[in-house]
Amino acid sequence: MSTLSAVPEDAVVGIPEPHESAVGHVTGTAQYTDDIAVRWPDALAAWPVQAPHAHARVTALRTEAARGVPGVVHVLTAQDVPGVNEASVFGDEPLFPTEVMYYGHPVCWVLGETPEAARLGAAAVEVEYEPLPSLITVAEAVAAGSFQGTQRVSRRGDAEAALAAAAHVIEGHHENLGQEHFYLETQASLACYDESGQLFIQCSTQHPGEAQEIVAHVLGLSNNAITVQSLRMGGGFGGKETQPHGFAAIAALGATVTGRPVRVRLNRTQDITITGKAPGFDLVWKAGFDDNGMLVGLTATMTADGGWSIDLMEAVLSRALCHIDNAYWIPAIEVHGRIVKTNKVSHTAFRGFGGPQGILLIEDVFGQCAPALGIDPAELRRRNFYTPGQTTPYGQTVKDAERMPAIWSQLLDSSAFEQRSSEIAAFNATSEHLKRGLAITPVKFGISFNKTLFNQAGALVLVYQDGSVLINHGGTEMGQGLHTKMLQVAATALGVPRSAVRLAPTRTDKVPNASATSASTGADLNGGAVKNACDQIRDRMAAVAGEMLGVSAADVRFSQGRVTGPGGSDPALTFREVAQAAYSQRVQLSAAGFYRTEGLHWDPETWSGSPFKYFAYGAAATEVEVDGFTGAYRIRRADILHDVGDSLSPMIDIGQVEGGFVQGLGWLTLEELQWDTSDGPDRGRLLTQAASTYKLPSFSEMPEEFNVALFDDAREEGAIYGSKAVGEPPLMLALSVREALRQAIADFGPAGRPVVLAAQTTPEAVFWAVKEARDSVTTPALADR
Amino acid sequence: MSIHLTVNGQWRPLGSATAHATALDWLRDNGLTGCKEGCAEGECGACAILVAQPDATGGTTWTAVNACLVPVAALDGQEIITSEGLGSPDRLHPVQDAMARGGGSQCGYCTPGFVCSMAAEFYRRDRATEPTGDPDHEHGPNGFDLHALSGNLCRCTGYRPIRDAAYSLGSPEQDDAVALRRDRPAPEPVPTVHGRSDGRFVRPSTLDDALSVLTENPAAVVVAGFTDYGVEVNIRGRREPLVVAVDRIPELLTLDFTDEFVEIGASVSLSEAERFLAGRIPLLAQLFPQFASRLIRNRATIGGNLGTGSPIGDTPPALLALDADVILASAEGEREVALSDYFTGYRKTVRRADELIRAIRIPLPLANLTAFHKIAKRRFDDISSVAVAFALDVRDGIVGEARIGLGGVAATPLRARDTEALLIGRPWNVETARAAAEAIGREGTPMSDHRASAEYRTIMLSQAVLKLHAESPELEGAA
Repeated sequence: MSTLSAVPEDAVVGIPEPHESAVGHVTGTAQYTDDIAVRWPDALAAWPVQAPHAHARVTALRTEAARGVPGVVHVLTAQDVPGVNEASVFGDEPLFPTEVMYYGHPVCWVLGETPEAARLGAAAVEVEYEPLPSLITVAEAVAAGSFQGTQRVSRRGDAEAALAAAAHVIEGHHENLGQEHFYLETQASLACYDESGQLFIQCSTQHPGEAQEIVAHVLGLSNNAITVQSLRMGGGFGGKETQPHGFAAIAALGATVTGRPVRVRLNRTQDITITGKAPGFDLVWKAGFDDNGMLVGLTATMTADGGWSIDLMEAVLSRALCHIDNAYWIPAIEVHGRIVKTNKVSHTAFRGFGGPQGILLIEDVFGQCAPALGIDPAELRRRNFYTPGQTTPYGQTVKDAERMPAIWSQLLDSSAFEQRSSEIAAFNATSEHLKRGLAITPVKFGISFNKTLFNQAGALVLVYQDGSVLINHGGTEMGQGLHTKMLQVAATALGVPRSAVRLAPTRTDKVPNASATSASTGADLNGGAVKNACDQIRDRMAAVAGEMLGVSAADVRFSQGRVTGPGGSDPALTFREVAQAAYSQRVQLSAAGFYRTEGLHWDPETWSGSPFKYFAYGAAATEVEVDGFTGAYRIRRADILHDVGDSLSPMIDIGQVEGGFVQGLGWLTLEELQWDTSDGPDRGRLLTQAASTYKLPSFSEMPEEFNVALFDDAREEGAIYGSKAVGEPPLMLALSVREALRQAIADFGPAGRPVVLAAQTTPEAVFWAVKEARDSVTTPALADR
Repeated sequence: MSIHLTVNGQWRPLGSATAHATALDWLRDNGLTGCKEGCAEGECGACAILVAQPDATGGTTWTAVNACLVPVAALDGQEIITSEGLGSPDRLHPVQDAMARGGGSQCGYCTPGFVCSMAAEFYRRDRATEPTGDPDHEHGPNGFDLHALSGNLCRCTGYRPIRDAAYSLGSPEQDDAVALRRDRPAPEPVPTVHGRSDGRFVRPSTLDDALSVLTENPAAVVVAGFTDYGVEVNIRGRREPLVVAVDRIPELLTLDFTDEFVEIGASVSLSEAERFLAGRIPLLAQLFPQFASRLIRNRATIGGNLGTGSPIGDTPPALLALDADVILASAEGEREVALSDYFTGYRKTVRRADELIRAIRIPLPLANLTAFHKIAKRRFDDISSVAVAFALDVRDGIVGEARIGLGGVAATPLRARDTEALLIGRPWNVETARAAAEAIGREGTPMSDHRASAEYRTIMLSQAVLKLHAESPELEGAA
């Protein structure tokens, strides 16, 4: 057992703890960025002027009238920028553009004494545009050859030859729509200067270090002149990995120009029309199976809609290509990946980061092919699982491959899958207008940033003379429970009760150069760093305690705030007594911790390596009921078994699994990003730009019976206290909803007929699929007469 | 006139808030930042607060509403409670305790709103005493109605822990001050004049006062629950110079169930109407839970739903099928207009600028086969793509009367007259249903938009007829 994964007795990790801010949440006292901002009565509000064109040149910008609006203090334009007019670390997003690249692109920002003054000021800014031709759909961009970033190929064996020799070859095409993050807290930043001229920025961001970096180059300052704090976010889901930083720069620039605090808080309309989303993907595939239902070859092209700038899309595409195998052995494969450039918002990270689209493709393959092969879909999937020793298409050995069939069979049992399948068959046989479907799907998800250098983290741990502990780390809290886990890790590492540890907000002046909290790696990386810092302090305290107890330092035990010799024997000291003694002996009671994930390598040029430390596994079995009259459906029951290693915090992990599942079913069944693709004046406008038109799952979409369990005995040797990452993988468990719908729809038609599902299986899409299935029954019946 | 309200037991002057300032913004500017903005259009419930409203027995009902839609001026003289007022970190309210302990919050941003919606249901007097009814997965063993949370969105949890927290709640303690407050009357409505010449909020206290304001100011905007106008203010920046609030005018709050008709005052909230009717009009009983969310129904009114003239309002198709009349009041007196004659064009009606909708009147007896079919993406809290309301009177297996109201298929809600004519006099059997399904597909001229395609809307009309028959075939041969 590695020292990283070894869990001491009396560990605080593994105990179900509520969220560390739960009491603040429920009483409304937990503050978010704009809650802080409204406590600054002097702060100016900022409002964007958004262009009403998908693509246009700004030919004139007149701000005089706006400056005449009562309460307007200043209109920020490119002329105000002392540094570089650039809002992205990739260098292709001007903060103040002269070329409008999407409908709603902000061209300048108005600062007012109140949001109302800034709003009226923005309406008074006069902008002239010269409209330019625009590309909105993926098909338009492909036709125009409008690509960005590097195209990639994932290849193993000779896929074309395998398809040529395959007994069964089936093709598919699926145009996936992407997903809006819809974090409940919209983008928010507050910037002000302190008495020493230091710029302090409160920002709702997953990556304070990047906010600092961008503000520094916009203002022409060095990083040490800027501190960014991310107190907590009201949801992130990847939408606050890069997206907040242009807004932080606006707030900082406003504070620089006016000398007053400036707050930027987007309203929902602004947020949804300005910020990037999960990209839509055009997925084309051709799969070959042998007579036993074994997948023998796959070719595919994945075309991602990057929107107007590159942002994180190259990395998203990498993860999509790396997850097309999901849990399945594909002996011969050739997948092409490319990113189109369109006149839409710049698409970005979203929980799963391309993984969901890769996995969607392969699950579509199985869902669509099972009837044609005459094999039950659950059995077809199981048959194709990786076996131990096999490698992924990019050459990484599939660690813990035996977990997938273990989880699968355990879930089949616990969900009474076979029995319910028979019951459903009986129900469907007699029910004309309501049909049920039950499907099980797997998830295997690689953990670590594909880009090796991001796999590092820092922490700062302070022990005070009274034995109390304050920790700080570079990860951010967006609701996922990272801070709760870090408190449990520190308490475990120092052998103190959870109540002895406090956590201070994430700030760039405490832990520098921290990576984004993303790719599900927050607990792995920051947990490693927190433990490293705690271990340093504990080792020093052990030396002090050893002398006091008359035992060797190596034999000193820390547990529950007691410090003893071997076996917890008397005499015992308190943690506080040892801290006091260490202080008086001039022993350092603070430490900077650091962690980097070992053993990773990745070569994007050859598309090979071992980019992931390990894989997280899971499976879901979901039952739905479809109303054939309308296509409306209900989720009657979902059972999930998910592998989080040895859970650091079970209540938090179960919450992530449940929440990821429901967010995933929103993506697959409900949430429709619709853009105006007409040639009318609003071409490129997002049509579903409000909560009233872009529908998130509500209580009515929650599975009526929802059973989530964590896979037992699941220690991961390579991660903090044997745990595994949990943030992203459960989202893809929702593919079981889509597959269950496919089966229910199939039962409206003749047996053995494959069901092709639309991008989002909304009630309308389900209705048309039901109608197609039904029509294919009646047509031959009529012909028989 | 000085305006004040009671917030978490403290008297607070309104201060310099403008006539259009929402309760949400006002609370936040006053340091009560537990009240959050998630959408500013009454969809997400992150801004939910509790308002003391009169109940039917002279006491108070704690009613959850969206603070983002209600102008703070409309709360003049009222009592409200926010998440901060329910409990504190040292003294959690039972709802807060259940939510915190059970993992009901993740990012926590939606949580204060959930807490307020859940508290309203916690304090509902008849919650624990009424039978839980059919196990429809929407009621807890403690009588908790999940629809109480239908207007609250959470993006993190997947809802399960929130449901479990709600279902674990007991009853209020004996000394629970918020519970005890229910025994005393709610604050009286206060006549209000607030704002400056560029934006005034006026709440007359009587119908006569309201009518004279309208006579003097024909351009005034009449508002009851603010669930539609509030969206206009927040999303489209609408700032009318004069807003006349009619939500607390006694003449508009009538509820009457006689032998000949049922009358519902124009300003009665849908929740109050639902409680009063208690299932006595089955068509409306089917409609209410599908109308937006509880948070919206607690403010939205039938008068408002008709007043906007929207073609996708949910009550017009039902009221058309029920053959309702609209009672319009002006300084000259009242007139009664058949709802089928009320709509004249897209968001246009026969109501004159000097008139108010005072009430609607539904004639009795009711038809014996009624149903409300709403087609939407989401079962809770959504806007109709299409709505179809049926009221057929089937006697001895023959369709006697037939009224069908349609929404979402034309510029106005409308009656499916051709289909009605086809049905009348025919036996209620599958052939008739098929013929009617074909006919109804020719009614209206549905459009394609972001909610649904025109083809889907059209075919849903037909499907609604077929479904109605499939679900009520027993009337077929009824003697």
